Amino acid sequence: MLPRGHFAKKSQKKIMKLIDIIRFAVRAATGYPTRTMLLLLAMAIGAGSVVVLSTLGDGARNYVINQFSSLGSNLLIVLPGRSETVGGPPPLLGITPRDLTLDDAMALLRSSAIRYVAPISVGAAPVSRGRLEREVSILGSTPDLIYIRRLAMAGGQFLPEGDITRAASVCVLGYKIKQELFGSSSALGEMVRIGDRRFRILGVLAEKGQSIGMDMGDIVVIPVASAQALFNTASLFRIMIEVTDRDAMARAKEQVLQTIRQRHDGEDDVTVISQDAVLATFDRIFTALTLTVAGIGAISIAVAGILIMNVMLIAVSQRRSEVGLLKAIGAPSRRIVTLFLAESAFLSTIGAVLGLLLSAVAVWAIEQVFADFPLEIPLWSLCAAVGVSVATGLLFGVLPAIRAARLDPVLSLSRR
Amino acid sequence: MISLTGISRVFTVGDEQVYGLRDVDLEITTGEYVSIMGPSGSGKSTLLNMIGLLDKADSGRYLLEGEDMTGLDDSRQADLRRHKIGFIFQFFHLVPRMSAAENIELPMILAGLPSSERKKRVQGAIEAFGLTNRARHRPDELSGGQRQRVAIARATIMRPHILLADEPTGNLDRVSGKEVIDILEDLNRQQITLLMVTHDPELGRRAKRQIHMVDGRIESDVAQGPFREKEPKKNHEAN
Repeated sequence: MLPRGHFAKKSQKKIMKLIDIIRFAVRAATGYPTRTMLLLLAMAIGAGSVVVLSTLGDGARNYVINQFSSLGSNLLIVLPGRSETVGGPPPLLGITPRDLTLDDAMALLRSSAIRYVAPISVGAAPVSRGRLEREVSILGSTPDLIYIRRLAMAGGQFLPEGDITRAASVCVLGYKIKQELFGSSSALGEMVRIGDRRFRILGVLAEKGQSIGMDMGDIVVIPVASAQALFNTASLFRIMIEVTDRDAMARAKEQVLQTIRQRHDGEDDVTVISQDAVLATFDRIFTALTLTVAGIGAISIAVAGILIMNVMLIAVSQRRSEVGLLKAIGAPSRRIVTLFLAESAFLSTIGAVLGLLLSAVAVWAIEQVFADFPLEIPLWSLCAAVGVSVATGLLFGVLPAIRAARLDPVLSLSRR
Repeated sequence: MISLTGISRVFTVGDEQVYGLRDVDLEITTGEYVSIMGPSGSGKSTLLNMIGLLDKADSGRYLLEGEDMTGLDDSRQADLRRHKIGFIFQFFHLVPRMSAAENIELPMILAGLPSSERKKRVQGAIEAFGLTNRARHRPDELSGGQRQRVAIARATIMRPHILLADEPTGNLDRVSGKEVIDILEDLNRQQITLLMVTHDPELGRRAKRQIHMVDGRIESDVAQGPFREKEPKKNHEAN
């Protein structure tokens, strides 16, 4: 009998090289073009949808943030009632908040940190000229609104300066309303009927589009006192404040709260939100939204993964004799596992890369259609798409690979 | 050298126990030329697969070149198959998507040989087996004889000590069959132990040692034949 060392020396532990494993997997994958193409397509759609959906989610977030930024950065909004956006439990004792009034708004102007104050009263009323009549959003405010909301005029002037408690019968039309009522002829100096009062048109707003969810083209602006008279109310919808500069935000907020508390018998019954707080809230909402849609995309990757598993299982049974042969010429079971896993990994990686290309094309196409929607593919979504694809490919490749490794070589070789 | 003692292999078919091999004792020395004959189901292929480590005995003892094969783990078995044993099959079992040269290279890829060495050996084998202008062809573009020559090249590329051929001419016409047998006998002359399972008595008679199997038993084991030049080398350096 020979010593064991005799063998050990001759058959040194040489194993298949990585480059050869990859080459073998690639050849195996490309050896069956139809099934490979279908698999790649499924994986590409999965990975592509992750990228496209998260890009859209991200784009929506940026869009909203841009909208808010266009308001001006040093903005405070005073709302009647406590804690509207901050959350927390609802008040147990059912506090009825005191209304915000014009006097509150005027009191705020005395603060040194505050530059502009625009009390706002909103409602809807029928607007008519001759036989044309339609229900339109009416925005009651003061001349300061034009600065706070960065409004531009298409013609004429904005609300006149003066006593804001005076209910003057003047108005400024949104661009769209003006087009509907007057067409291309000039509206300046003409009269329209709002509710049961007649208003003289001082100016027309420029075609600016959306601004925090309100279509500034489809609106009529009148003095706040006129709006209160029109809607028969003394309360305000909210008060918008522009602070002198960014550093004064905290001070201004404190002064607002103090002033209102004094005027409301020591009760903190308003909420002051800054643009930053609003942005942070929206940011959270849209991040959640983006992750949700990306998750939906990930589900399609999982579906592609199951497809990979299916196809690899078929491949294993189609290639029984090949597996038997590999064993006969000296491949241990774990090498067979490696080879089949490498094949799934290769398929899912290439699928993911194709998916990225696909998503780039899709994003480009969407940009062509919605030009003013800011789209940028987030880097994390690329990593997520590739990572999830490869992980899925490997995960769903395990079962077929193990099945291949467990094939009995004698049985696999006994057929042709 | 191959040494089997009391080897049995039982298959369970349904709830019936079928003996593939019954208590087989067999000694084969290095460089021998052995043919294994017998009717279908007599255990010829099972014996071959057992020796080739593709199948495991249920009882008995198998020594290959002095090493006990019973209870060897999967990777060590694969190791031995890779380096000591070459298989040749009736249905060739070439990988259909690979060219002749790539099929020949495959065992060396699994063994992790460097690329330059692989190329050299493949080139040598292609010339030696007369496949020079067929090297880039895929199996479905080759004749049966050419396919079996590719398979033999693949089986011998790792320079094994033992060649196991299961009906190597079973799927070939007479002329290519003769060609293949000539190649195998030539390899045997270079001290490779050759075990060949065959149905064909004429082919079987060419071997110096002939084993007949019936019902999983060795019925007869005779050393004879046209060329009696038995020279069992005891020198293990030749292994």
